[in-house]
Amino acid sequence: MSGPSDFQPTNPALKWIERRLPIMGLMHSSFVAYPTPRNLNYWWTFGAILSLMLGVQILTGVILAMHYTPHADMAFKSVELIVRDVNYGWLLRNIHASGASMFFFAVYIHMFRGLYYGSYKEPREVLWILGVIIYLLMMATGFMGYVLPWGQMSFWGATVITNLFSAVPYFGESIVTLLWGGYAVGNPTLNRFFSLHYLLPFVIAGVVVLHVWALHVAGQNNPAGVEAKTEKDTVPFTPYATIKDMFGVSCFLLFYAWFIFYMPNYLGDPENYIPANPAVTPPHIVPEWYYLPFYAILRSIPNKLAGVVAMFGAIVVLAFLPWLDNAKTRSSKYRPLAKQFFWVFVAVCIGLGYLGAQPPEGIYVIVGRILTVLYFAYFLILLPLLSRIEKPRPVPNSIADDVLAKSGGKAAPMVSSVIALMVAAGLLLGGVDSARAAEGGNKPPAQKWSFSGPFGKFDRGAVQRGLKVYKEVCSSCHGLSFVAFRNLAEAGGPGYSVAQAAAFASEYKVKDGPNDQGEMFERPGRPADYFPSPFPNEQAARAANGGAFPPDLSLITKARSYGRGFPLFLIDFFTQYQEQGPDYVAAVLQGYEEKPPAGFNLPEGSFYNRYFPGHSIKMPKPLSDGQVTFDDGSPATVAQYAKDVTTFLMWAAEPHMEARKQLGLQVFVFLILLTVLLYFTKKKVWANAH
Amino acid sequence: MTTASSADHPTRRDFLYVATGAVAAVGAAATVWPLVSQMNPDASTIAAGAPIEVDLTPIAEGQDIKVFWRGKPIYISHRTKKQIEEARKVPVASLPDPQSDESRVKAGHDQWLVVIGICTHLGCIPIAHEGAYDGFFCPCHGSVYDTSGRIRQGPAPSNLPVPPYTFVSDTKIQIG
Repeated sequence: MSGPSDFQPTNPALKWIERRLPIMGLMHSSFVAYPTPRNLNYWWTFGAILSLMLGVQILTGVILAMHYTPHADMAFKSVELIVRDVNYGWLLRNIHASGASMFFFAVYIHMFRGLYYGSYKEPREVLWILGVIIYLLMMATGFMGYVLPWGQMSFWGATVITNLFSAVPYFGESIVTLLWGGYAVGNPTLNRFFSLHYLLPFVIAGVVVLHVWALHVAGQNNPAGVEAKTEKDTVPFTPYATIKDMFGVSCFLLFYAWFIFYMPNYLGDPENYIPANPAVTPPHIVPEWYYLPFYAILRSIPNKLAGVVAMFGAIVVLAFLPWLDNAKTRSSKYRPLAKQFFWVFVAVCIGLGYLGAQPPEGIYVIVGRILTVLYFAYFLILLPLLSRIEKPRPVPNSIADDVLAKSGGKAAPMVSSVIALMVAAGLLLGGVDSARAAEGGNKPPAQKWSFSGPFGKFDRGAVQRGLKVYKEVCSSCHGLSFVAFRNLAEAGGPGYSVAQAAAFASEYKVKDGPNDQGEMFERPGRPADYFPSPFPNEQAARAANGGAFPPDLSLITKARSYGRGFPLFLIDFFTQYQEQGPDYVAAVLQGYEEKPPAGFNLPEGSFYNRYFPGHSIKMPKPLSDGQVTFDDGSPATVAQYAKDVTTFLMWAAEPHMEARKQLGLQVFVFLILLTVLLYFTKKKVWANAH
Repeated sequence: MTTASSADHPTRRDFLYVATGAVAAVGAAATVWPLVSQMNPDASTIAAGAPIEVDLTPIAEGQDIKVFWRGKPIYISHRTKKQIEEARKVPVASLPDPQSDESRVKAGHDQWLVVIGICTHLGCIPIAHEGAYDGFFCPCHGSVYDTSGRIRQGPAPSNLPVPPYTFVSDTKIQIG
């Protein structure tokens, strides 16, 4: 993409093709011979990382679409079937879902890098604007993808975001109806979002081609911010940039794999494991972390239209950056003031992200408004002003001079920025975490679970006992509709044989039909059948339970959580603590009190529970000592029942957890080996360049 | 050649490059496996393909029914004496896909023919009781099968396959 190439293949067949379609020459001049500044640091590898992420998302997305059903009644279930039944479906889903977060993580670093080193300045304005377009497309794609699992956050996220357009004067309502294809978010909305979610990544890929084209016309910017002049300033893209990018990608994959195999739900909202319910809004609507700063700006402004305009304006203003910042010096390295204000701006963005996850009340609103003003002031006041008053330090004459000047001690800024980034990411996540903490109820005590940690396995005995507790107690009110009898005989579960699972199934009566006479009939359960639900529908369940709907327990340990608070949530990322759900379920089962504390007004037909949010629960105390007898001599106590049934329900929520952690270990051994090898290879290759 | 060059004696550098490339190649190959494996039938599909039982009592002599197993139509024909005779009269060696009628039914249950009703040519469903041999006739490309489901005429290369099945009792079979 940098003009005609002198590349000539030697193979006569390739020569024949090359004369008619010079594609090999194009590839050679773009990715082999292409001169790349020799002083690029590792922040520049995020371009390659982003290309990889786009490829990964498209590949896994196309595969997931083979198994996904875009229908309001079936979408949630089809996602669960992917995770439970499709070969490696859990892996593909984790790659795709964490992949979205990784994609945004990488794009934010890429954008801040561009901001810091002035990569938007002449002659790279179009390159930068194309990047802003890609970012906008990514946001639309990510949002619509988040809607597809059709959980509670999907549904209500879709409702809130589409309602943004209702702020448009005169046409607002019509636009929103047009987006929905109905009177509310529903099946037509889901269908079109699926279609567009499939389309937009290919549009992104197209704009990426333009982005790379524009990059190769203008040439890469670099930390010194001076253009490459002589051959001494550059190295050929291959092998130098290629190997450096590969090493960067490999390091990034280590980070990514940590989420895929060990913390797949760390960035997700437990609320999204509850199927979409148009009648109940979750207590805290929080977008995915990558939208939080803009969400904070939206909420800071007390006027509907102005809030929406400000939110979109916060993104659109980026496109005008090349003209807002007139400074001749590109790199902030040589701009003492711009450098400091850059970090202030990063802090403002992170602060906004933190506030976006907080409840919109009290001090949060005030700080949110201050940070919103600072956000816009950076672009609209500070940068234009700085370009007039700032005295930049002298820039090096050439890239080669820059390389020579800093032959010692250059790693420090990189390390400190990585640490700063980690803390920033932690703060953002902490915001989400503390939003959950505000929901009321005591914090459940953290228990020791056999399945926690990187080598965790389900305690077979506990899963078997838990199944007994579920069958004899819980199943009278709660369904387990995503678990089939055949699952009982699968690896990583309670460890029953196929015959035992079949015998267990045959104890159940399952409705089947119609038969040849057109009638429904009951027959003994088969391994392929799912646990029958105790009530035929939600209305029947409510009628039998004083108006409350006993939730299906298939995903309960993933659908419940509680805030861990600072700094535990940060430590959790490294210790892989992710048992908030099981801790909560076990605590609720044991948290009943005969008498509510003095002054607590318990409604009629409710019971007091220490750990249930709000403390007033409709479920009567389900377990009491001696209720279930275990064959293996385990104590018949509520504590034992609670622990066992929670272990069983954790397995029911994620039957392939053991496979996930096992494969994770293999992948980590491999990736560490690859990263070490790439590091030394990179060193060897670059030894030639110095 | 007097001086040692890297082409003659692999250096440490060459070893590093080859090792890195090999490890990366192994990783790429291993990554492909889940991406391909996901195309295979998922666990619920496999579980739904469990054996089924069919009650034969409602099928009168000369009649046949079609049941579905693993998404495939299975013809169960209650053959008449005449149909059985026709199937056994023909010299086996003269058939395109030589198989005796006895080997295609269960001993003692000669009147019951159980075959997968999918034409071995290109997968259409042949119509029962049609064609020159009183067996099956495929309307797509004109393959003709006899009363034992053996190919007699047309482009199909082989007989209609017999699915795995057993007689649970005289009037009930289990397919699969």
